[in-house]
Amino acid sequence: MNDIKIITSSRIKERVAFFLLWIFSIFTAIILVLIVSDIIIKGAPHISLDFLLEEPRKMGKEGGVFSVIVSTIYIVVLSIIFAAPIGVAASVYLAEYAKESTMLNIIRFGTEALAGIPSIIYGLFGYSFFVFFLDLKYSILSGALTLTLMILPTIIKTSEEAIKAVPKSYREGSLALGATKLQTIRKIIIPDAIPGILTGLILGIGRVVGESAAVLYTAGSSLGIPDSIFRPGRTLSVHLYTLASEGISIENTYATAVILIALVFIINFSANTLINRIFIARRR
Amino acid sequence: MGSVKIRVKDTNLYYGNHHALKNINMDIYDKSVTALIGPSGCGKSTFLRCLNRMNDLIPNVRIDGEIQIAGNDINKYDVILLRKKVGMVFQKPNPFPMSIYENIAYGPRIHGTKNRSKLDNIVEKSLREAALWDEVKDRLKSNAMGLSGGQQQRLCIARTIAVEPEILLMDEPTSALDPASTMKIEDLMENLKKQYTVIIVTHNMQQAGRISDYAAFFLNGEIIEYDKTEKIFYKPMDKRTEDYITGRFG
Amino acid sequence: MRLSERIIEKMLVICAAIALLGIAVIAVFITKEGWPIISKIGIKAFFLGKDWTPTKGVYGIFPMIIGSIYVTIGALAIGVPIGISCAIYLAEIASPKVSAIIKPGIELLAGIPSVIYGLYGMTVIVPIIRDLFGNQGFSVLAGSIVLGIMILPTIINISKDSIEAVPKEYKEGSLALGSSHWQAIIKVILPSARSGIISSIILGMARAVGETMAVIMITGNSTMIPESILSPVRTLTGNIGIEMGYASGEHQKALFATGIVLFIFIMCLNLLAKLIPKKAGA
Repeated sequence: MNDIKIITSSRIKERVAFFLLWIFSIFTAIILVLIVSDIIIKGAPHISLDFLLEEPRKMGKEGGVFSVIVSTIYIVVLSIIFAAPIGVAASVYLAEYAKESTMLNIIRFGTEALAGIPSIIYGLFGYSFFVFFLDLKYSILSGALTLTLMILPTIIKTSEEAIKAVPKSYREGSLALGATKLQTIRKIIIPDAIPGILTGLILGIGRVVGESAAVLYTAGSSLGIPDSIFRPGRTLSVHLYTLASEGISIENTYATAVILIALVFIINFSANTLINRIFIARRR
Repeated sequence: MGSVKIRVKDTNLYYGNHHALKNINMDIYDKSVTALIGPSGCGKSTFLRCLNRMNDLIPNVRIDGEIQIAGNDINKYDVILLRKKVGMVFQKPNPFPMSIYENIAYGPRIHGTKNRSKLDNIVEKSLREAALWDEVKDRLKSNAMGLSGGQQQRLCIARTIAVEPEILLMDEPTSALDPASTMKIEDLMENLKKQYTVIIVTHNMQQAGRISDYAAFFLNGEIIEYDKTEKIFYKPMDKRTEDYITGRFG
Repeated sequence: MRLSERIIEKMLVICAAIALLGIAVIAVFITKEGWPIISKIGIKAFFLGKDWTPTKGVYGIFPMIIGSIYVTIGALAIGVPIGISCAIYLAEIASPKVSAIIKPGIELLAGIPSVIYGLYGMTVIVPIIRDLFGNQGFSVLAGSIVLGIMILPTIINISKDSIEAVPKEYKEGSLALGSSHWQAIIKVILPSARSGIISSIILGMARAVGETMAVIMITGNSTMIPESILSPVRTLTGNIGIEMGYASGEHQKALFATGIVLFIFIMCLNLLAKLIPKKAGA
């Protein structure tokens, strides 16, 4: 029967198509496994407590990554100290105060545009603005300020969504008790949105840790331990880039890469755990 | 009384642990309109979706018993062939976001009709049968989303007819429409039953009384009573049916 | 309203405007540093000049524009089919178990720093290409493969969201007419999700154009216009990233000028992605 022929042919097409889609999807997962396993297999044997706690010698050819870890922590902490209050404040404004207007659209466009700018442009800008124009030199501070701008959109977007997800009834309940808008935001809305806000901050940390182009030309690549935020320093990503591109030491390159991957895993895992907690809380 | 088109035997349906349809037995007659009535959540829509196996899409659904169409178990059909034979019109009009013409031609194309003039004929014939042709013949190329709700629903009926089904399932087809559009679709039903076996779920008692030949009253997943419509409406056997029909129920 | 509340509200506005201020200051400073050299050597000579020899004061970025375009097209050729397939699979077909494995994988893929991609490209993909084709390995092809992988999360996530946003009535309507699931996907669901899928491709493109470190590590960075996909190539981002380390004076300004081109490129892509009508079926 004609019907049967057509059905058979569309069933075969469907099988083939779904098989190809499946292959491509599995392929995506395999790529990840390949990259991560390659790095870990080549790098894990060279990781030791000494590697973490020793200072690099001979430009990183020997020794560990202690000073690099210290610089990374400096930059992460400082960027978050700058970006968190600004980002959260901005998201509170966008979610709670802003009314639809041209100005609001322009602000939104600015935030989205900032998110799309390539990191090398941030590098160029930080170099000309913070390093030279504000005369902060190559320093942890210049790097952190540049990265603050870079992670601001992520933090604003995630926090804004978290704040908007707070049930309207909470707001009304608080306002009905005679609380001012600001008290409601501080005592009710922000506490309820905290997991979402934290997720945004963690994703921001992830970007700071992984960034290289924007840091290289703002924080510099000095291997010493920075004794203040006005001194230059080299982050893990920049260190990895330098070791790899200059062929300084294969072992130390991979060992550094393993630390970076481990950090990315931890960051992703914490963000996911938080997101899951939000979902569970909302379902209740 | 016509011949039996659909025979439902000892059918049960479970959503996870919830026993949603209980031991349904029912013969549905060819070239007639059968109305499924009952309060919300009584299982009438769920039952309707068993007939073209739309419940297959929902995870955690288990069905036992047997449903036959023209003597054949519906689980032995390829579901594509089954759904070609058993068309469905949904509660909310759901035209595809494409032109009126493309909406109607969609089904025939899927089932292998490629010839342009043949498709043109099918489109015109289906739209005429759905009493929509005169309203849209000059704008077949325009987007179906621009039609009014009532027109969209008739378009969906035309789209279903275009694949030449034997059975038409209608899941509260007028509940989202205004009275004037509802009247048009009810008028249409008179003609449709000359060619198709029509099964319609409705909340509207007057509608069931006006258009159906048979009616089944569902309550809590069971069929309480199933008979000729006039019997159900004027001489119900069961007290619960009477209560529901006369509006004393719930 | 009390005074303190009014003051705080004003501060919130200022914070919200910082991002906007940021983008403005970035644009101003890049332009301020880069524009003088463009106007000095002439727009045509700068954009269409095929020679980049900083030591002689010759700055033509045509090879880098071509380089960025080649590598981006290559990345799309690899990333778009894989990414959209994966998005369809996750949104329509995958069992909860399979998506529970693949989804976190995609998030990790998005989180991996570009230097790690660069390292992997440099030590695994480049040698494979070298062995297969007998060239030096650092090439348009290597760059395309690595960037193709890097843009996957962008394409998958945005496409998947837009496929999932297609009303389920469309799918039911198609299936009820006796279409196969695949026919419903290809004829109704994907056309309805079209605008989101196109956005995902444009944003993936923006990511490929803007990527720097990974590209530097794997493309060979020759300033010649590549003859084939096996030739080495330098992108706009690579041009800046490599030479910023030692450039000074006019040379450094020329890198800022390259930055202007890149900035405009990216802004255009982002604007394009924003201009695509968001409504399904529009």
